[in-house]
Amino acid sequence: MVGNGRQDKQFGTGRMACSHAQDDTGTLTFGLLDEEGVAYVEIERGRRYAFFTDSSICIGCKACEVACKEWNGVPDDGFVFRATSYDNTGHLGSDTWRHVAFIEQDGRWLMSSDVCKHCTHAACLDVCPTGALFRTEFDTVVVQPDICNGCGYCVPACPFGVIERRESDGRAWKCTMCYDRLRGGMEPACAKACPTDSIQFGPLDELRERAQARLDRLHADGVEEARLYGESPDDGVGGTGAFFLLLDDPEVYGLPPDPVVTTRDLPQMWRWAGGAALTLVGAAMASFLRRR
Amino acid sequence: MTEAEFRSYYGQPVLKPPNWHEPHMPVYLYLGGLSGASSVMAAMARMSGHDRLALAARIAAFAGAGVGSGFLISELGRPERFLHMLRVLKFTSPMSVGSWTLAAHGGLTAACLLSAVTGRLRLAGDAATVASVVTGPIMATYTGVLLADTAVPAWHGARRELPFLFVGSALASAGAVGMLTTPRQEAAPARTAATVGAVLETAAGFVMERRLGIEGEPYRKGRAGLLMKASRGLTLGGGLLATVAGRSRALTALSGLAITAGALCTRFGMLEAGRASALDPRYTVVPQRERAGGLTVVPDPGSSQA
Repeated sequence: MVGNGRQDKQFGTGRMACSHAQDDTGTLTFGLLDEEGVAYVEIERGRRYAFFTDSSICIGCKACEVACKEWNGVPDDGFVFRATSYDNTGHLGSDTWRHVAFIEQDGRWLMSSDVCKHCTHAACLDVCPTGALFRTEFDTVVVQPDICNGCGYCVPACPFGVIERRESDGRAWKCTMCYDRLRGGMEPACAKACPTDSIQFGPLDELRERAQARLDRLHADGVEEARLYGESPDDGVGGTGAFFLLLDDPEVYGLPPDPVVTTRDLPQMWRWAGGAALTLVGAAMASFLRRR
Repeated sequence: MTEAEFRSYYGQPVLKPPNWHEPHMPVYLYLGGLSGASSVMAAMARMSGHDRLALAARIAAFAGAGVGSGFLISELGRPERFLHMLRVLKFTSPMSVGSWTLAAHGGLTAACLLSAVTGRLRLAGDAATVASVVTGPIMATYTGVLLADTAVPAWHGARRELPFLFVGSALASAGAVGMLTTPRQEAAPARTAATVGAVLETAAGFVMERRLGIEGEPYRKGRAGLLMKASRGLTLGGGLLATVAGRSRALTALSGLAITAGALCTRFGMLEAGRASALDPRYTVVPQRERAGGLTVVPDPGSSQA
């Protein structure tokens, strides 16, 4: 942590035992060891932190969903047998901040833990009229529950269908990337709980390098269908702060193939609205020019 | 791509549908437009000496903004926090711009009406009327931007036409209310406005549906399709009827009520189409997949962004 000189030793040793974290990149970002051999990481304010979810090693245990609910006190989202797959959560929403998708295909099962993307250009944040949604010192996007007045505008604005208004308390809710834990020097609950390190947390730039190395490795192993999703700063949302390694097209996982932050087109939209406004004044004026 | 190749996660929506409540949101859209166009009409009527029509338009402008605000506030998940809308002014948020506009417009229309009714501070009242010629058109158009600035394909795809559709509908609504509340011999400009507005709305709707590809489907199908069809019939019928409505009270009533009903159908239809558009993953995935260029893009390991 910056400022108080406290050393954070919250990152568990479980990470050290994971061979995945020691693959051919040779870098172990979280592999800092203190004198007692306990791994830790420093979480600095002003740096961009992210999730890299490697779906190729997700085992669908849903520990992330449970850890998220436990830590954040997220209400029950209903227990439903959907009869389509082992997915009994369904989708992200006000009461589901991590969602494990199950795709049962011939010969293989795909599993992936979805989460808020913490976009570089976040539509929810752009359109929020109260300033309840804000960008934190970790470059994540968080709703302030004491400010949100439940206007619901962020809901259709999100190109990923993540944020939702909780009708029972009237406010919008979504993943905070465990803002409180980050401030306390701890990694988010879902990443902490993930037993296979499918969910990795860290500085975005380092995760992008690690993801690229993992992708290269998979391609070298002949897993041609592996691709990264959300990692490119050139995409329609400027890259996401939660990106993924997928084994099929994004839409198969319920993700949009080419998401766009619609505020990108806002200047154009205001120009059309300006034309319409002038038309209104002109048409009203013309209505009075005729007979008395 | 053909639709046979379309894939999704068990047919579930990619987007979250707008969860604005009915009738609050669509009725606000109607009242906000009515108020905005009425204030413009009030100023024109005042300047051209149609004093009876000016008074009616001022009342409509104030009532639309006042009652509309009530609907808007009761729509909030936390109505007691409505003043949080004025915590910040954000130009990236059409709702923020709209809230500030509504606050200003509500104040101006109240001042206009107060001065007209009491006969005091007439200069200030007229100044407020002139100022509301600025806020009024924003009231009538920002809602188009509000809907268009979302990920909902049917709304974002229609971003060019939406403000014109809403402006046409607002002008027709203001004309309809004007002719319903003003003696016939003084309501000629209101009737003209009703016809012009109805034609403008119909034209914008026509262009919108012609230009939109698959994104435009929700405007033609299901409940939204019925509402949009009803809207078109009522608006155009009422608008054309307005050209001869000066002949009798019955024709005036018929025309005015048809236009009002049509304008309400437009708003309910727009909201419903947006919901249907967000709930069917086809409308999200197919256009994006076309944009992204075909299926199964396997990235080249050498060129990917690290």
